[in-house]
Amino acid sequence: MTSLPATPSAKRLGLVIDLDTCVGCQACVVHCKEWNTSSGASALSDTEPYGEEPSGAWLNRVHGFELDDSASGGCGSTVHFPRSCLHCENAACVTVCPTGASYKRAEDGIVLVDESKCIGCGLCAWACPYGAREMDQVAKVMKKCTLCVDRIYNENLPVEEREPACVRTCPAKARHFGDLGDPESDVSQLVAERGGVALMPELDYRPTNRYLPPRRPVPTADQKAALEPAPGGFLGWLDRLLADQP
Amino acid sequence: MVTAIDTSPRIADEIVCTTCYMCACRCGIRVHKLEGKIRYIDGNPEHPVNRGVLCAKGSAGIMHHNSPARLTKPLKRVGERGEGKFEAIEWDEALAMAEGWLREVRESDPRKLAFFTGRDQSQALTGFWASQFGTCNYAAHGGFCSVNMAAGGLYTIGGSFWEFGEPDFEHARYFLVFGVAEDHDSNPLKLGMAELKKRGAKIVSVNPIRTGYSAIADEWIGIRPGTDGLFVMSLMHELINAGRIDVDYLRRYSNAPALVIDAPGDADDGLLARDGDGRLLVGVQGKATVAPAGPAVQAALQGRYTLADGRAAVPVFELLARRYSAPEYSPDAVAERCGIPAATIRRIAAELAAAAFDEPCVLERPWTDTDGVRHERMTGRPVAMHAMRGISAHSNGFHTCRAIHLLQVLLGTIDTPGGFRFKTPYPRPIPPGPQPAGRPDQIAPGLPMSGAPLGFPRGPADLIVDEAGRPQRIDKAFSWDAPVSAHGMMHSVIGNAFRGDPYRIDVLFMFMANMAWNSAMNTTETMAMLTAKNPDGSHVIPKIIYADAFSSETVAYADLVLPDTTYLERHDCISLLDRPIGSADAIADAIRQPVETPERDVRPFQDVLIDLGARLGLPAFVDGNGAPRFPGGYADYMVNHERKPGVGSLAGWRGVDGDRHGKGAVNPNQLERYKANGCFFSLPIPEEASYFKHANAAYLKFATEHGLIDEAAPIRLQLYSEPLQRFRLAARGHGAQQPPDEKRKRIETYFDPLPFWYMPFDEAAVDTGTFPLHAVTQRPMFMYHSWGGQNPWLRQILDRNALYLNRRTAAELGIEEGDRVAITSRHGRVEGRAKLMDGVHPSTVWTWNAIGKRRGAWALQGDIPEAREGFLLNSLIDDLLPERDGGYRYANADPVTGQAAWYDLRVRVEKLGADARASEPAPLPRPPGAMHVPDTLSYRARGGA
Repeated sequence: MTSLPATPSAKRLGLVIDLDTCVGCQACVVHCKEWNTSSGASALSDTEPYGEEPSGAWLNRVHGFELDDSASGGCGSTVHFPRSCLHCENAACVTVCPTGASYKRAEDGIVLVDESKCIGCGLCAWACPYGAREMDQVAKVMKKCTLCVDRIYNENLPVEEREPACVRTCPAKARHFGDLGDPESDVSQLVAERGGVALMPELDYRPTNRYLPPRRPVPTADQKAALEPAPGGFLGWLDRLLADQP
Repeated sequence: MVTAIDTSPRIADEIVCTTCYMCACRCGIRVHKLEGKIRYIDGNPEHPVNRGVLCAKGSAGIMHHNSPARLTKPLKRVGERGEGKFEAIEWDEALAMAEGWLREVRESDPRKLAFFTGRDQSQALTGFWASQFGTCNYAAHGGFCSVNMAAGGLYTIGGSFWEFGEPDFEHARYFLVFGVAEDHDSNPLKLGMAELKKRGAKIVSVNPIRTGYSAIADEWIGIRPGTDGLFVMSLMHELINAGRIDVDYLRRYSNAPALVIDAPGDADDGLLARDGDGRLLVGVQGKATVAPAGPAVQAALQGRYTLADGRAAVPVFELLARRYSAPEYSPDAVAERCGIPAATIRRIAAELAAAAFDEPCVLERPWTDTDGVRHERMTGRPVAMHAMRGISAHSNGFHTCRAIHLLQVLLGTIDTPGGFRFKTPYPRPIPPGPQPAGRPDQIAPGLPMSGAPLGFPRGPADLIVDEAGRPQRIDKAFSWDAPVSAHGMMHSVIGNAFRGDPYRIDVLFMFMANMAWNSAMNTTETMAMLTAKNPDGSHVIPKIIYADAFSSETVAYADLVLPDTTYLERHDCISLLDRPIGSADAIADAIRQPVETPERDVRPFQDVLIDLGARLGLPAFVDGNGAPRFPGGYADYMVNHERKPGVGSLAGWRGVDGDRHGKGAVNPNQLERYKANGCFFSLPIPEEASYFKHANAAYLKFATEHGLIDEAAPIRLQLYSEPLQRFRLAARGHGAQQPPDEKRKRIETYFDPLPFWYMPFDEAAVDTGTFPLHAVTQRPMFMYHSWGGQNPWLRQILDRNALYLNRRTAAELGIEEGDRVAITSRHGRVEGRAKLMDGVHPSTVWTWNAIGKRRGAWALQGDIPEAREGFLLNSLIDDLLPERDGGYRYANADPVTGQAAWYDLRVRVEKLGADARASEPAPLPRPPGAMHVPDTLSYRARGGA
């Protein structure tokens, strides 16, 4: 079994994902794949890429589903839900790891896999309640979101580009990256402002990432709202209006 | 225990900027190369289109570029056409073969070449080439894509949605988006909607289906397909009757006050009254007199006036107000047909009025209008709209699109802060020039045509018909069947060529259009038409040349295949002469540059076309000695070709020293300047010119100086369309150019100068009891037609399509989630699997577009889900309408523009047994020289150890 850092890090890097603006375009999903296939110790592989059951390792997926009809007033509201590692403070995927391959960084809270130690036993995937780990069927090691640890500190990148690939590319600006351990950070402020939530807090894994719930729709005018016909009929109104104009 | 990791790995040896081509949106990309391989592709943060973001398609570009479906050699057919049996040949042989076929056609009857390109972005070249060749039979894919949207806008406001205009996302407070819009455009619309959301603007989606952008809308209005026009006209009804319209805007900028001649029987009945100098006449408010429109005249919007010649005339606005204020457009009258409660229509009208008029958007930017009047600030109506494919793909789409623009003009939102904004080079005069060429007198063996094959007719005199009024183009574009078919009618080419109607052709030359599969209506019969033979054993369509980068379904139907490169291996030009990347705030265009050199024996299609042009001796492609004028291929052409003196493919860094923009001499170093600037050029529009461009003196001067328009005259928005009335007058017997008698009624009906609504043709032609459901497609945001479905990353997101039904509808039909179902139209039958949802109008079923694939195509192997489960609706859609007007069968298209009416489809859906399996066309073999298809992929580019 593997230990978590003795003291939780003050710095808790993570993502804030806005379910109000995510359109389910999958940009983050593919950009993550594109970046990270060349990042870790092995590629993010795909099996049967041109065949009958194409399948591969992804660090981020977006699921679309309809809310229950009754909850959406009968018009079938669709939610797009991006899913990746939440970098839990109380990461069961780490403590379950028999080899020390899964670990949580003391300095920023990022949960990583050291592929050289991973034996592909899959226990961590079983332990993760969020389904955030994927076994690479070619490399036979576990893959997971690294928060693009090779981008966020990368001195070969301009400072403004030192953020995870998924955040960088999101066309709907639905993804935000920052230090959720710092209450003054932009992401913490955003969470406070928008009532961001942790997923399944009752399980006590203490995830770092937060989700911003869909905003209540802009108040729709009273369904009875309607324009009043112009007094004297439209053309009469127009005549008076133009007569008054210089 | 701390595991050491490298958090600062090297990520690139070289960063090459170019323009994405994973769809048509032309985002700027940076290709990062590491040790000779592409490490990753990201959005160029400096680029005006995508500002650093990139969609799923763009990010999957590596897999597109490395596809094992890439062709590797020119191919010559050796088996039967359609079998997919080829022999690999050398380019010399391929080009000699093409040259021989084309030369024979050109020297006998150039029209016998039908040259049609797909979703390409080099129409400034391909159209010019066709014109030089001398054939009128040229178009790109616009006729089956969104010509209704383009023409509806260009004939009304002088711009359109997407490429020629955009919502003012920075200032809009209410956003109304109609129909399928996810694909055009992609990243800019998402960036804009995020901006709206951030500011708390209301987003209303009008769409039968609640997916994509509709999913994040504040309100979804699930409308019955094909009734958007009726809904919009009902909104106008409410606004007009309540007097909630922008009267000042209408008088200043639109033809609302212009007088319409009311003289039934006269040759100019229904045209606008003008004085001897050609100036529009208006009624003078409060008086019985008429005067030329101008700043000194208080123009009336209603009444009846007597012209100098004694005839009566009525302001456009009075005609408009009378039409839409009539009870037939009241919410109660349209609610059932639209499938929207009347109260909702009334409420949306009230919300639009409140957003437009109660909180106008005011920018403190002084400007001067074309009357010389200085305005201290720019006041706008912060209501923006967007529509695209969903509106376009109906046979009533042109009038619907015009209606949306009329609604915007009534609200005073066109190019005002918070509303719709023109993107450069628009607005242009209405309609824009030039007119199409291709009449019999404009075509001769061995000679170029005197003009371009595509254009914008102003009236019957501009039609491409013979003296008897018969179509002269193979697709019947610009004929009485579809007079304003400004983008041609590619969807009619194969059927017409097969039927020999209006004539037979000799060579069908296509580029990048999957016409034997997902780009054709009537796919099953289209495949048969391509292989059909005459009694003597020769093919009905004698010769087919096809250029494509991949082994698409259509390759199998070619006699000669010219293999193209990928988008990362070529020069390209996103030109102001074609479909540039201009924005509301800047003139802009762009190029592509090769990032890699192909190791396959392939050539960029544009290079090949220029080469063929030189071989054939087309005047613009050879020098005085007959030698190739552009030996450097497309890159050479992009720099050195001038359309007019000083105007070429690219606007940036012209002049010998590169210090001129817009107009200027050829600059031999122009491409280097583009490459140094991320492969795009952008010149900001002055702030005082940023809005009211149609009547903004500073803008019109700027646009003229930079070659965007020819003269700085104001562009009056055309609520009332005179070009349409001119066609109508011809139908009534006026003028030299007359329609055949059996087509008069159709022209009279559909060339109404004010928008009206009618039931889509194919819907009206069937028994809606037998075919009770509408069937439409939606565009997945991460796929672009058949290109996306071959991509191993993207197909993991979606590799099969289902038929989606409303739960209530499914229950009535006894259909449950996962059932196999048969989908039957008047024309055909396909099978698929049912999925149930709430967010679809109960009258409608839908599926994703272009997911179904033919086995063997695209290097996909085995029992692939795209074939096993996937299906196309295309085979349900007839390319012709049922007989009418004396037995004639018109194209299944809009009667004004010829736009393919994909979304008019009506079907019935029935449950099948669990083991039901649809019949499929035979699997295609892989072409010679096919690339290895790996069982696993571990793509990787990594520097050092």
